[in-house]
Amino acid sequence: MTDIRLYMLQRISAMILAPLIVGHIVTMIVAVQDGLSAAEILGRTQGSLWWGLFYGLFVAAVSVHAAIGLRTVAFEWLKLKGRALDMLGWIVFAGLLALGGRAVAAVVL
Amino acid sequence: MTDDIDTLAVEVWRGDARGGGYVAYAVPRRESQTVLDVVTWIQHNAEPALAYRFACRVGMCGSCAMTVNGAPRWTCRTHVRRVAKAGRLRIAPLRNLLVIRDLAADMAPFFDKWTEAGGTFAPTATRDEPAAEIPPETPERAAADAGIECINCAVCYAACDTVAMAPDYLGPAALNRAWTLLNDARDGGQAGRLKAVSGDNGCANCHSHQSCADLCPNGLNPTAAIAGLKRRAGRAWLRGGA
Repeated sequence: MTDIRLYMLQRISAMILAPLIVGHIVTMIVAVQDGLSAAEILGRTQGSLWWGLFYGLFVAAVSVHAAIGLRTVAFEWLKLKGRALDMLGWIVFAGLLALGGRAVAAVVL
Repeated sequence: MTDDIDTLAVEVWRGDARGGGYVAYAVPRRESQTVLDVVTWIQHNAEPALAYRFACRVGMCGSCAMTVNGAPRWTCRTHVRRVAKAGRLRIAPLRNLLVIRDLAADMAPFFDKWTEAGGTFAPTATRDEPAAEIPPETPERAAADAGIECINCAVCYAACDTVAMAPDYLGPAALNRAWTLLNDARDGGQAGRLKAVSGDNGCANCHSHQSCADLCPNGLNPTAAIAGLKRRAGRAWLRGGA
């Protein structure tokens, strides 16, 4: 179940995500104004420390937030407990971090 | 008034921890009739073996709570007029607790959780010392006052969907009690209490559905008390404690 540490980590990650999601949506709307192409996206992101940090932080916060949330859902609905429950949380965290990190690296590096 | 119906169609859950089902009874409709009156009529006139609990009949003791047409209520203070739909009542034991027999639920786990949540007052003075002066207008005293009228009826506990999904969760009543004590300047057990409510089965499990606040017959708001615990426990965690 959820102790105060997981509760606080999920709230803090949500606070980090709130402005980043607004930034992400604004970026999407602005970016498509002149048509959207792979070259256009990569031209903006490649070699950019700013976009690397922006989406790097985004991925880290999502990984923490979603892993704790899905852990709670798995506990309440799938009745997972103990080590199996914690393992699921860590797998979701690591999976999202790896997939998201790979995507960020692909457009920034 | 009697709603122009002279007989109520009442279904009462009968059985024990191994299982059971609803049994139908026809009960005469009376003026100013409460759900407890209905259950008592059934025991006196139709089913002498029917098991249920009550004591004071005036909303003070907290022993007569049952599930009435799907929601937990004090049966002694619930008028039939307010809950019967087309003269129909369905009465069951409280949810989230095991049944002993018929309408009597086993309250032991509910009270065990009060202890687990640090619900025992830890005095810091003896009777020989002068009584502590607690100004009623301090925020701590106001927070304690808001939750102190709980009579342990378990209506909030039966209403809580989080308890239904996570049976070890301490639940609204025990956490409300912990919150009133956490705001009691005379209590010396705060570190242990904060640890108890911060743990795996503690306040962080509450999803703020607010069914407890919605159904509390005393008009208390355990969700607000739990939100207070989350703030207090969260701050302690940020400072590296609890």
